[in-house]
Amino acid sequence: MDILKNLGLLINAMMTYTPPLLLAALGSCFSERSGVVNIGIEGMMTIGAFVGASTALTFGNPWIAFLCGGLAGALFGLLHAIACVSFQADQTISGTAVNFLAPGLAVFICKRLYDNSTDTPALNASMKLPKFFDGVFPVGSFWNNVLCNYSVAYLSIILVAVIWFVFYKTRFGMRLRAVGESPEACETLGVNVYRVRYLCVILSGLLAGFGGAYVTLATVSQFRPIVIVGQGFMAIAAVIFGKFKPQGAMWACLLFGLCNGIKVLATTSNTVSPNLISMIPYIVTILALVLFVGTARVPAANGKPYSKAR
Amino acid sequence: MKKNKENNAGLFSHILQANIPYTLLSIIIGFVVGAVLLAIAGIDPIATFGALADGIFGKSKYIVWSIVYATPIILTGLSVAFSFQTGVFNIGAEGQFVVGSMAACCVGIFCNLPKPLHILVCLLAAALAGGIWSMFVAILKVKRGINEVLSFIMFNWIAYYLSNYLVNIPAIHKDGDGEATKNIAESASMLMKFDDKALKAFFGTGASFSIVVALIAAIVIAFILNKTTLGYKLKAVGFNRFAAEYGGISSNREILTALTISGMLSGLGGACQVMGMGQRISQFSSQEGFGFQGITVALIASSNPIGCIFSGLFYGAMKYGGSKLTLVNAPSEIVNIIMGTIIFFIAIAPAIKKLILRGRKGN
Repeated sequence: MDILKNLGLLINAMMTYTPPLLLAALGSCFSERSGVVNIGIEGMMTIGAFVGASTALTFGNPWIAFLCGGLAGALFGLLHAIACVSFQADQTISGTAVNFLAPGLAVFICKRLYDNSTDTPALNASMKLPKFFDGVFPVGSFWNNVLCNYSVAYLSIILVAVIWFVFYKTRFGMRLRAVGESPEACETLGVNVYRVRYLCVILSGLLAGFGGAYVTLATVSQFRPIVIVGQGFMAIAAVIFGKFKPQGAMWACLLFGLCNGIKVLATTSNTVSPNLISMIPYIVTILALVLFVGTARVPAANGKPYSKAR
Repeated sequence: MKKNKENNAGLFSHILQANIPYTLLSIIIGFVVGAVLLAIAGIDPIATFGALADGIFGKSKYIVWSIVYATPIILTGLSVAFSFQTGVFNIGAEGQFVVGSMAACCVGIFCNLPKPLHILVCLLAAALAGGIWSMFVAILKVKRGINEVLSFIMFNWIAYYLSNYLVNIPAIHKDGDGEATKNIAESASMLMKFDDKALKAFFGTGASFSIVVALIAAIVIAFILNKTTLGYKLKAVGFNRFAAEYGGISSNREILTALTISGMLSGLGGACQVMGMGQRISQFSSQEGFGFQGITVALIASSNPIGCIFSGLFYGAMKYGGSKLTLVNAPSEIVNIIMGTIIFFIAIAPAIKKLILRGRKGN
C-alpha cells in the first residue's frame, strides 16, 4: 500500500504544480503561433499573482480575484501588443520591458498598500480557490490524493481541449496559425493580421495572469516577489518543448509538474541533497530533447514584426 | 537598397543601429513616467530623485560603489551584446555568470598563489567555466537543432542549483552560521586596501580593481567585432545567415564561437562579483538577475560594446542609488519601473524614427 500511497501523493503534487505553468504555456502558444515572441510571460504572471492576492484580500472572493489577476496580465499583454504589432518593435526588447515593468509595478503597489512590505498579508482559507472532491474521500487515502485537486487544475486540463479545438477546428484558429506563418499571404486574403495578433497577445497575457493568480490564490496563499521567479520562462520552455502545440505544451508541463512533485517529496525524505534533486526537471528536459523530441519547427513568421505599410 | 537591408536583417536589425538620440529621449521619458507614478502614489518625485542622485553622487565613495555595482553587469551586458551581434539571443548569461562565480570562488579558496597571478588564474577559470557552460548549449543548437532559448533557460536553473549545492559542501561552506562559502584568499581578492586615512575615506571600503577587467573586456570585444576577420564573420552571420553561408562562412562554427565567447564574458562577470565585491558566494533564494540586467544593458547600448560601459554604469548607479531609496520611504522598485519604461521606449523607437523620417521626406 505504501507504493500506492506515494503514487497518490506524487499525482497530487503534480496536479498542484502543473496548472500555473500550463495556463501560462497555453497563453504562450497563442502568442507564439500568431508570430509574436512573448518573453514577457514571466512579468505578466507576476502582476497576475499580485493582483490576485490583493483583490482577494479586498473582496474576499477567490474567483473575482482570479479573474482580476488574469485581467492584469491581459493589460500587459495589450502593452506588449501595442509595441510589437502597432509599432513593429523588436519583440524580445518589448518582452524584456514587460519583465521589468510588471514585477516592478507589482512590488511598488504592494509596498504602498501593505505598509511598505514586499509581501501581502496571508490569505484566509475562505479567500483561496476551492478544491474538487474536498471531503468526499477520507483524508490521506489514495483517491483523495489523486482526485482532490484545485478546481483550476481541472479547468486548465479542460482548457487544453478547448484551445486544441480552437486551434485546429475553428476558422479563428486556422487564421491565427496562418498569421504566424505568412502574414503577407493572410493580408492578401483579407485577414486582419493586426487584429488577430492583438487578440492572441492579449489572450496570452490573460492566461499568464490566470497562471500567476493561481500561485497566490491556491498554492502559496500570499504574494511575495519570488513566488513566480522562473515559472514564466519554464512555460516558454514547455511551449518550445511541446513543439508550439497546446497538447504538446500540456505534456511538457505535466512532466515539469511531475519532476517538481518528485522534488518536493524527495526533499522531505532528506536523503539526497535537495539542490541536486532540484536539478532533475531541467536535466530531464535536456535529455528528453536530445533523445526523443528533437528540433521544434518555429512558426515561420515568429519574432518578425509585420508592417501593413510594406 | 536600405529598405531591402531592413527586410533581411530580421530580429536584430533594430538593435544593431545606433540610436543615441532616441536612447537619451527614452531615458528622459523613463524618468518622467517614474515621476508621474510616484506622484500618483503620493510620494514626492523631486525628493525621491534627489535622494537617488544624492545616493549616487553625494559622496566619492558612493560613486565608487556605483562602479562596483556596474562592473558585473557591464560584463553580462557585453556578453548579451556580443551574442546579439551574431543573431543569437544569450538568455543564459545568468547561468554562465553563476558558474563563473563558482569557478572563481573555488580557485580563490583552494589555490595558493601569489597575488597578481592568483587573480589571473581565478579570472581564467571563471571565463573557461562560463564559456564551456555556454558551449554546451551551442553544441545542442548546432548538432541537434535544439532551440537555444529553451536550453539556456534549463542551464540557468541547473547552474542555480549547482551553486546552492556547492555552498553547502562541508569543505567549502564557511565555518559557523550563515549560508555561504568561505571567503576567497586575500591573494585572489580585487578589493583595494588603503593604509592612508584620507584615501580610505575617499574610496570607502568597497573600492575594487574589477572595473579594469570590464573595461579591458569591452575594448577587446570592440576590437574583435570591428577589426578582425572573426568579427566580420560573426556579424555577417548575424546580419544574414544564408548570405554568409553562400559567401563561404560556416554559420554553425561562428555560432559556436560566438556563444562560447559570450559565455566567457558572463563568467568573468561572475568572477568580478565574487572577487571584487562579495568575496564569497551566498546561497540564492531566487535568481539574482545579473543575466537579465545584462540584457537591459545590451539593449540600452544598442549592442555596442563601448556603449555597454556607459549603459552598465548607468544601470549600476541606478541599482546602487535605488537600494537607498527606502531611506526616503520610496519603494526602490521605482528603479525597475524606470528601467522598464526606458526599454519599452527603446523598443518602439525605430518605428517612431521611421515616422519622423517619413514625415520629413513628405515635406
